[in-house]
Amino acid sequence: MTEIKLIYFAWVRERIGLAEERVDVPASVTTVAELAAWLQLRGEEYAYAFENPAIVRAAIDRKHVKPDALIAGAQEIAFFPPMTGG
Amino acid sequence: MEPRIVFHVQAEPFDVAKEIDALAGLGDDVGAVTSFTGYCRSEGGYLLALELEHYPGMAEEEIGRVVQEAVTRWPLNGLTVIHRFGMMRPGDGIVLVATASSHRLAAFEAAEFLMDYLKTRAPFWKKEHRADGSSGEWVEAKELDDKAASRWQSRS
Repeated sequence: MTEIKLIYFAWVRERIGLAEERVDVPASVTTVAELAAWLQLRGEEYAYAFENPAIVRAAIDRKHVKPDALIAGAQEIAFFPPMTGG
Repeated sequence: MEPRIVFHVQAEPFDVAKEIDALAGLGDDVGAVTSFTGYCRSEGGYLLALELEHYPGMAEEEIGRVVQEAVTRWPLNGLTVIHRFGMMRPGDGIVLVATASSHRLAAFEAAEFLMDYLKTRAPFWKKEHRADGSSGEWVEAKELDDKAASRWQSRS
């Protein structure tokens, strides 16, 4: 088990109902995609937030990453919708 | 000479004229200053405001990476990027990108590149607040923006 800080933004945050949390992630979860799939099982809110996992983007330690990125060593992992700034 | 790089993520409004003057005043080599300002619009009276959420820390870092790339790719005397967060009313400036170069082509291209990359990489999200008082939707990302950003990858 590794404790990781998770941060959520925009509708991902609203659907989960939390801006951030610390979770104990089992060692079997190694990638961002696996983490999203594991989170989906934590409850209805999470299932709703990740109902279309292909849309949700992620950042590890404030850098954009792809779903196959490894989470080992991550301090902070963020999940958010595609960006709409500018 | 090293280009002067200024970028801010802030709640406060910005002064477009002041930022342009600062770039124009960088020296005798400056032959062109271009600027782009993105404003909140009302969508024909439908929107009361746009709320900009951002990822503090990453927003600054990501803009920092994008401006560094811009000064490596184009010969710029300076550039300024300001992205606001918080509640925007129709007519409020949300984002400002301004570039200074000896010639117009580099200034135009770098500004376009910066905007395209900010749209698709800077962690900001817009939520609508409707004029009828109801809570609006999160603005959806446009495929067009991804296309606009991807055109900078095939050339270098």
